[in-house]
Amino acid sequence: MSETSRPKPLPAREAVDEYFIENRHRVLDVAAFLDRLDRSGGDWRSDYRMAALVRAIGVLAEPGAGRAQRIQMIFSDPTVEPKPKLDQKAARGAWDPASEKGA
Amino acid sequence: MDYIEMHAHMVSRTTDDYTQMALMGCAAITEPAFWAGWDRSTADGFDDYFRQLTEFEPKRAARFGIKHYTWLCLNPKEGEERDLARAVVRRIPKYLDHANVLGIGEIGLNRVTRNEIETFKDHVALALEHNQMILIHTPHLEDKHKGTRAIIQALQSFPNMDPARVSIDHAEEHTIEMILDNGFWTGLTLYPQTKVSVARAVDIIEMHGADRVYVDSACDWGHSVPAAVPRFVMEMRRRGHADSLARQIVWDNPIAFLGQCPKFEPPVSAHAV
Ligand SMILES: [Zn+2]
Repeated sequence: MSETSRPKPLPAREAVDEYFIENRHRVLDVAAFLDRLDRSGGDWRSDYRMAALVRAIGVLAEPGAGRAQRIQMIFSDPTVEPKPKLDQKAARGAWDPASEKGA
Repeated sequence: MDYIEMHAHMVSRTTDDYTQMALMGCAAITEPAFWAGWDRSTADGFDDYFRQLTEFEPKRAARFGIKHYTWLCLNPKEGEERDLARAVVRRIPKYLDHANVLGIGEIGLNRVTRNEIETFKDHVALALEHNQMILIHTPHLEDKHKGTRAIIQALQSFPNMDPARVSIDHAEEHTIEMILDNGFWTGLTLYPQTKVSVARAVDIIEMHGADRVYVDSACDWGHSVPAAVPRFVMEMRRRGHADSLARQIVWDNPIAFLGQCPKFEPPVSAHAV
């Protein structure tokens, strides 16, 4: 097997030039999504998925690398024990802390 | 750039997808057994599916000049049903001598239940008993980290399991390290929403290197993109990475991993130098 040294990322200035516009677009899309929820008038903040999303958004402004991994862990089930039986067929994107109480 | 599609559910794709993949340079596909989107009710239903994967689909792919391989199992989405799982596992050995069967897969976990873990272990035992390679599906979204950890633990409970002959697919930022550190191969699955984007896949390569790593589209009947691997190559170029590195990930690594199965014939690349 060949050993590969870690390939280098683009220099920051070049990466900004190349990727700024598409990421500007992504941030605006998230902002508009939150605005949409506010306009709906419902209580969206108590939904466990949105609570996780809001925490994840906070990570974006933190300094230092590893944001993607930290956000992955915010959405992840932190428990270790297998579920006693199947609760639902599909994952929902964020771990529901309330699911543990009933289980 | 020629490439090998390591994970595609072609029974769910159109002939037009085959055409596009052939035009983009796809030389070979490996198709793991999957969930149909609804639960099959009998082991006979799996027999029909295994015949489709071993008899019909290779012929369909060959019309586009693509070599078709497959992996057999009862998918993790159906792993909760222990009686059905045991019945299906008993039927798999009779298909293992087919020319296009590479091993057992995609086995793994879905919601990380006790029954799913037992079904997973039944499949691992079957693979080891018949000296088969293993392709593993890790759970989706919030279940991925917990499930990947449980999968590695279960695999390591088999003393004769060789991690070099096992690929743990659908790795992401928070799971790749535990997979590679334990000696397994891994795949980064390029999905529009629920797995990694091409940009994040290149990030992961930049952070973890390209040894024992490949990328795949895992295209199936859901949101997925048969052109994902060529798009990854484009993203590598956009980041200024050498084509030789992209080629390692989409061609050399798949051949190195799959080549451990004597039935795998390395395809000839039109772009070989
Ligand atoms: Zn799959």
